[in-house]
Amino acid sequence: MILQRREFLKLGAATAGSVSAVTLSPTEARPAVNTEGCKAMLYDATKCIGCRACQTACRLGFDMEPSINGDGLYDEPSDLSTTCPTVIRQYQDEQGEEWSFVKRQCMHCLDPACASACLVNALERDDCGAVTYDVDKCIGCRYCMIACPFEVPTFEYEKAIPSIVKCPFCFDLVSQGKAPRCVEACPTGAITFGDRDELLEDARSRIYSEPNRYVHHVYGEHEAGGTAALYLAGVSFDKLGFPKGLTNKSIPDLTKGFLNSVPLVIILWAAFGTGLHWFVQRRDELTEREVVPAEREEGGP
Amino acid sequence: MNRLALPSPLFKREWLTPFNVITAAILAVGFIIVVMRFTMGLGTVTNLSNPYPWGLWIGFDVLCGVALAAGGYILASTVYLFGLKQYRPLLRPAILTGFLGYFFVVVALLVDLGRPWRLPYPVFYSYGVSSVMFLVAWHVFLYLTVQFIEFSPAVFEWLNWKKLRAWVAKLTVAATIAGLILSTLHQSALGALFLLAPTKLHPLWYTPLLPVFFFVSSIIAGLTMVVFEASVSHRVFKDQLEPHHATQINDLILGLGKAASIVLFAYFWLKWVGVARGHNWDLLATPMGLWFLVEVFGFVLVPCFLLAWGSRTRNAGLVRATALVTVVGIIVNRLNVSVIAFRWNYEQPYWPHWMELVVTASIVTVGILTFRWIVKRMPVLRPHPDFEGLY
Repeated sequence: MILQRREFLKLGAATAGSVSAVTLSPTEARPAVNTEGCKAMLYDATKCIGCRACQTACRLGFDMEPSINGDGLYDEPSDLSTTCPTVIRQYQDEQGEEWSFVKRQCMHCLDPACASACLVNALERDDCGAVTYDVDKCIGCRYCMIACPFEVPTFEYEKAIPSIVKCPFCFDLVSQGKAPRCVEACPTGAITFGDRDELLEDARSRIYSEPNRYVHHVYGEHEAGGTAALYLAGVSFDKLGFPKGLTNKSIPDLTKGFLNSVPLVIILWAAFGTGLHWFVQRRDELTEREVVPAEREEGGP
Repeated sequence: MNRLALPSPLFKREWLTPFNVITAAILAVGFIIVVMRFTMGLGTVTNLSNPYPWGLWIGFDVLCGVALAAGGYILASTVYLFGLKQYRPLLRPAILTGFLGYFFVVVALLVDLGRPWRLPYPVFYSYGVSSVMFLVAWHVFLYLTVQFIEFSPAVFEWLNWKKLRAWVAKLTVAATIAGLILSTLHQSALGALFLLAPTKLHPLWYTPLLPVFFFVSSIIAGLTMVVFEASVSHRVFKDQLEPHHATQINDLILGLGKAASIVLFAYFWLKWVGVARGHNWDLLATPMGLWFLVEVFGFVLVPCFLLAWGSRTRNAGLVRATALVTVVGIIVNRLNVSVIAFRWNYEQPYWPHWMELVVTASIVTVGILTFRWIVKRMPVLRPHPDFEGLY
């Protein structure tokens, strides 16, 4: 009896344990997709010297015009644009004591909001990790720009036949296992390229070996369900222009509840509408039957 | 009489009315701007930018356009599903408004889309089934077809095609149920579009209930637009109406006002469920919170009470005026979600370019002109003498 009870308790504890393991695990964001074979790039802000070689290599690689500034001698884009899919920006506090460079480009989300928003699949995620854009499908609705929490896609507002422009993760190279242009161009090794899982290990070991150099967080490991662009920095990520209020939940999950309810609404409304119509029709028939004989009696022949 | 044959002073007097002059001016300028937009890009005529990819044309022309065209499905359901046949005199104008509303939403979309000639892509070429926008595209396409079927009896009566008229009448109930399903889904889908922007939309407006809010408020928009539109039509197209019509219409307006009041009451409480769900009570004491309170009290609760009061005291004038306020409230809500509370904290807020306003005004004008053209010819406000029993 006692034994049975003990076993029962054990079983109960085990069940409770497994249930709590299941319910607690969402705090650790589950990977939205299988990350096997997913390539990534790791940008270490503490190693970046702000030379913008990555920026220039990117523009040269995609035949894009520089944005010449002031006296016409300096190429100085301030943010992502249709002629600048990656940009180096600089943060500095008011005292000038704390500062950091930060590279901006498409984050190549594991579960990209832009691709889930695209009604013609012009934006798609490839298994190599790249989120690519197919100009031949795009209708120019700009919903991807609404959806992207990192505000990466840009639109050619000045063109009669416009496209979306964003970093393609050098799909031509990365799909063959080669490093993208910005990584190749980096002279200090601030950007590295490889398998996402291995880069995450590398990022963690950098934090372990030099804990004072880094903020203890790999940005992109979990954010928005995880991204293929990973960041290390010596300055809090809030200050480096990353979106405020972004959680680890995948963004496309936010519309799944609605989309899943669509068939329910169709089936239930169809049944409700038909039923209601039938009911009302029957009611009218019955009232007519009651009213008509009564009238006949009153003024009948 | 051939007007072109009039002697020129008389011709001028006939055509140079203030209405015609203003209309022609808006359309002429609008046309030039649309040409500029298609030759020099959206940036030339709009204030759209990368942080604000959607502006007035989506916020007003599309979101408000669809909401304010909800009268079609609301009245069709009222008459054919709920069996409230006394509302029949308002049905055809509501369906026509709905059909034209959607039609011109698509026209506005063609101006806004980067590559508008690819509009049919989501329906015929490439299917992004994970997108709420995909659902919207399909539903607007299907619902336009359904609304054409719903309105076609009027067209066939006008053309005196009796066989087609009789055939299409058999589809009425099926079309109404389809219209109810499609409207429920795409009205709510327009709200669901913004579920993807949790970091951009102000928390007082961002809630998982957005689709529910858009659907419920579309019912309000449909009911009050029918009231508003009936009031205007019955003033402008007096010659189309029989004398006993006016008192009958007043009764219907009171009924619609009462219905709108009930839905507004429910909507008012739903809005608070949204605030409670997000634990956003503290945000009410901010400037955006104040604006939220203006929307929820000034444009929801106050109209709710005024409509209830108006229909109880049989004050059709009050119901008409309040219906207009409610319609404005729906516009405020849609603009809040898409433009005003979207990136509310951005340092350079979006403000529509005057050319955007002119294009919007042009599209609305063409819509009104089309409505007038049809009402003057087809049996919309009045039954066709040959089809009186079927109307």
